[in-house]
Amino acid sequence: MADQNETKGEEGKHKYSIIVPTYNERLNIALIVYLIFKHLRDVDFEIIVVDDGSPDGTQEIVKQLQHLYGEDRILLRARAKKLGLGTAYIHGLKHATGDFVVIMDADLSHHPKYLPSFIKKQLETNASIVTGTRYVKGGGVHGWNLMRKLTSRGANVLAQTLLWPGVSDLTGSFRLYKKSVLEDVISSCVSKGYVFQMEMIVRATRKGYHIEEVPITFVDRVFGTSKLGGSEIVEYLKGLVYLLLTT
Amino acid sequence: MKHIVKILSLLVAISAFWIGLLQAAIVPRSYTWLLPIYFVVSLGCYGLLMVGIGLMQFPTCPQEAVLLQQDIAEAKDFFKHKGVDVGSD
Repeated sequence: MADQNETKGEEGKHKYSIIVPTYNERLNIALIVYLIFKHLRDVDFEIIVVDDGSPDGTQEIVKQLQHLYGEDRILLRARAKKLGLGTAYIHGLKHATGDFVVIMDADLSHHPKYLPSFIKKQLETNASIVTGTRYVKGGGVHGWNLMRKLTSRGANVLAQTLLWPGVSDLTGSFRLYKKSVLEDVISSCVSKGYVFQMEMIVRATRKGYHIEEVPITFVDRVFGTSKLGGSEIVEYLKGLVYLLLTT
Repeated sequence: MKHIVKILSLLVAISAFWIGLLQAAIVPRSYTWLLPIYFVVSLGCYGLLMVGIGLMQFPTCPQEAVLLQQDIAEAKDFFKHKGVDVGSD
């Protein structure tokens, strides 16, 4: 009990900057914002929406949300066009005023209800990075067919064998970082897409940062289209070799 | 130390052990020559086993989809009268 109270007290001294890159997430962005506010009631946080010039009016919705929740809680830091995930994080980081940074997807595959468990884990262990894993008990995936699960499993075993990454879910992008750690790791990463996520966590492991995991559930794409094809697999293998040789 | 250096050192150590085994002839040479093949094959089998086990034990969460739909309905309901447009696309 005493521990719980300590954790609660410590929460008050920290601010969490939640970076959400968006592209055509007109519907999801409002839902995500609602859920974040719902699950982080007593936490000091800000949501930084990095929108890459969505043609579907995402930014309009964000402005409506700002009107409702306040411009100090929801920051819109847009860019002119699709410039990639890595640079979206860097862009968001520049405007982050918290001492912790959370990165998550806007499409509701990452559920804000896990944010308290990320925060709690970090406060308990003083980890530099807390990463969500879908592949342990308590976590899980919904919406994947057998082929997709097979690819994921195969990719994971290959990555574990080659890279010894120290985490069970390499391509996951639901993570909490100490701000200084994110700045350090991101500066040395050059990959694109989900290989970028892998590179981040592998480089963090190589640099000796304390990484903890929390189970998360992942519901694949409520709205919108999924993207995993032959070219993705080739990109993944190229990424693995790159990480094998350069980290 | 870069990771690849660690892996290569491991391979060099294993190779040295294998060459040592060849020269010392404790085990009949015909077997020793085949050891690398056995090693690669067992590594492959181990990998396939891990993939198979992982696939069987793959954690799923069908109830989460239901919960998510509930959350979405709750959120839409909240925004209906707050000036945020959450109608369908």
